[in-house]
Amino acid sequence: MDFTPTDDRRMIADSLRRFLSDTYPIEHRNKVAYDGAFHDPDGWAGLAELGIMGALVSEDDGGFGGAGFDITTVFEEMGRKICPEPLLANLMALRLYAAFGKSERIEAIVAGSERAAFAFDESDSFGDLGEISTTFEGGKLTGRKTVVYGGQAADWILVAAKSGGKLGLYEVKASDAEVLAYPMIDGGGAAEIVLDGTPSECIAEEATDAIEAALDAGRLALCAEAVGAMDVLKEMTRDYLMQRQQFGRPIALFQALQHRLVDFSIEIEQARSIVIHAGGKFETEERALAVAKAKNLIGRAGKLVAEEAVQMHGGIGMTWEYAGSHYAKRLIMIDHQLGDTEDQLRKVMALTDISSAA
Amino acid sequence: MDLNFTPEEEAFREEVRTFLKDNLSEDLATKVRNGRELNKQDIESWHALLQTRSWLAATWPEEYGGPGWNAVQRHIFEEECAFANAPRIVPFGLGMLGPVLIKFGTEEQKKTILPRILSGEDWWCQGYSEPGAGSDLASLKTRAVRDGDDYIINGQKTWTTLGQFADKIFCLVRTSTEGKPQQGISFVLVDLKTPGIEMRPIKLIEGGYEVNEVFFTDVRVPVSNRVGEENQGWTIAKYLLGHERTNIAGVGASTEALNQLKALGRKVKRYGKPLAADPLFAARVAEVEIDLEAMRMTNLRMLFGTSDAQGSVSSMLKIKGTVIRQEINDLARRALGPAASPFPSEDVIGNYGIAPPEAAANAANYFNNRKLSIFGGSNEIQRNIIAKETFGA
Repeated sequence: MDFTPTDDRRMIADSLRRFLSDTYPIEHRNKVAYDGAFHDPDGWAGLAELGIMGALVSEDDGGFGGAGFDITTVFEEMGRKICPEPLLANLMALRLYAAFGKSERIEAIVAGSERAAFAFDESDSFGDLGEISTTFEGGKLTGRKTVVYGGQAADWILVAAKSGGKLGLYEVKASDAEVLAYPMIDGGGAAEIVLDGTPSECIAEEATDAIEAALDAGRLALCAEAVGAMDVLKEMTRDYLMQRQQFGRPIALFQALQHRLVDFSIEIEQARSIVIHAGGKFETEERALAVAKAKNLIGRAGKLVAEEAVQMHGGIGMTWEYAGSHYAKRLIMIDHQLGDTEDQLRKVMALTDISSAA
Repeated sequence: MDLNFTPEEEAFREEVRTFLKDNLSEDLATKVRNGRELNKQDIESWHALLQTRSWLAATWPEEYGGPGWNAVQRHIFEEECAFANAPRIVPFGLGMLGPVLIKFGTEEQKKTILPRILSGEDWWCQGYSEPGAGSDLASLKTRAVRDGDDYIINGQKTWTTLGQFADKIFCLVRTSTEGKPQQGISFVLVDLKTPGIEMRPIKLIEGGYEVNEVFFTDVRVPVSNRVGEENQGWTIAKYLLGHERTNIAGVGASTEALNQLKALGRKVKRYGKPLAADPLFAARVAEVEIDLEAMRMTNLRMLFGTSDAQGSVSSMLKIKGTVIRQEINDLARRALGPAASPFPSEDVIGNYGIAPPEAAANAANYFNNRKLSIFGGSNEIQRNIIAKETFGA
């Protein structure tokens, strides 16, 4: 075994970390996260220049990475700066375009000249593709997609919809759809996509497997993002405990607080390990189970770290001005994306089924 | 043992319930139920309405314009208000300064200040915490230096809740640096219009404004504005914190929040069925219900045992009560799945209907209510209090 990242991935991580540190200091990050288009075109161009989108697709499909560990490398860095750019949306779109050989779109997204988003959730279909009710008929889509990440800044919307009882994938030009944009509570943008006989192109009549794979790529990315954010929040909390004086000494000297920081540090190591496990299994048949395990543990660890960090900071941790509060929000809200701890638990229970003897 | 309320207490509950039904406007109750920020007028009009029955200052004796209720009546009143989604009574004048003046104030202070609290003429806020004095409140540094018949105050207070609406502030200030830190503190009343005071809002984690920083630069206050003796402010502060904790368990509010959570579980769908039918969700709701049931009994045991919250019992209620409330907020946020993510604004809630309107602020309320285990003496400090009593050191 060798847990050392490859040189290529280390270079990507280093250059991305430098770029994000220069480009998204917390004040600018918050401005991008909550104002305007909830996305910074210059920042996006910079990410493309670094080859970040290309790292999310395999060489065969027009990129130069695309493995589970490429995804985790990129998103851990995104998490360290809680970067609000719609990279998750474009990761899922890239995977879907790649699954159906749409090289023209991949090229444009990798170059940074176009952006896409993947619209799958509906109000009554969270966590369950079977409940999707948006339909494709005669070249047109009708339905409403909710909380479409990156939908506010996309040129193309990939839509999961039903036609003739099959779950297919359809593409809509964003300007042809009604796009209701808004910021999310943890920053970054999303949109409601209202489709009312909207002209669209059929990418695949049957796309269930490709959609599940793209969602798993998204889940793996969110897990790695959480690990990056947890690492930083832990450092901030440690620094704060050492610097904050009460009762005539740094509060880091109180054993009760030391133990709590240690407890959440242990969970962060567990989180890092389960993400490495999922990254390693990403190209195997065990992908779905490994990713579900990772996202369940990440959901639990993220909540512990976020809540304990805020609590140990006291009032300061409750303020907008303090960067740590934004990390805490991001960690909590990651659990709301692409299936929460309970959804993952259901999946792990179904896939492992302990009631039937091995 | 008899776990029933007396017929008189039940009749009182009915009276409160009827009043709330007849007088609390649906608009205001909806705003409270939906977790929206209340404006100054919302709160003032609700206070005024309660005072038409002399129900506003629940802890005050009748001679000062209160209802003269005992602890059980106050409990019933608070519970019914929570069930009806009435706004919480803003406690700084009514629940904190009022009782302090009644116990420690001069006749003149009682005569001039108490009626103005009841009438709503004066909105009071609290100047306790400082940037360097939170859990360790006794280390506060804001100085009040005697100059003839005045004090001159310099320093900074923080976490002043609803200071943006306030006319006046009661402060703990340092009048002596001799002896133990607790021995040099005085309790002083300050008009916020006095030159040299600046109030700056603090934006909170979820984006709301409810706390402030207050800066004092050479603020001149008459010595007659001091409550109690010079350097005896710590005694008052401790008395006041005891009052702050009488309803700290928030059983009524948590019960109402749990009912709303169950209703939300029946409304939203997951895997083709109502979320409430999902065993993972239902199990967590049932667990909170069990904890809350026990908390209700603990709270009643305390109420019937003594008339005032005291010592480690109120600390225990504070810890457990806030943890239960935060767990309900946590479940209410999670019940929405991805629909919890949008930043709640009138625009999004009004037009887009992403989440049911009564739940659209669930994530924001979850984040905001992380404050419950921090303010009013953090849960860590409450544990210190219990530990001190347990180990006698």
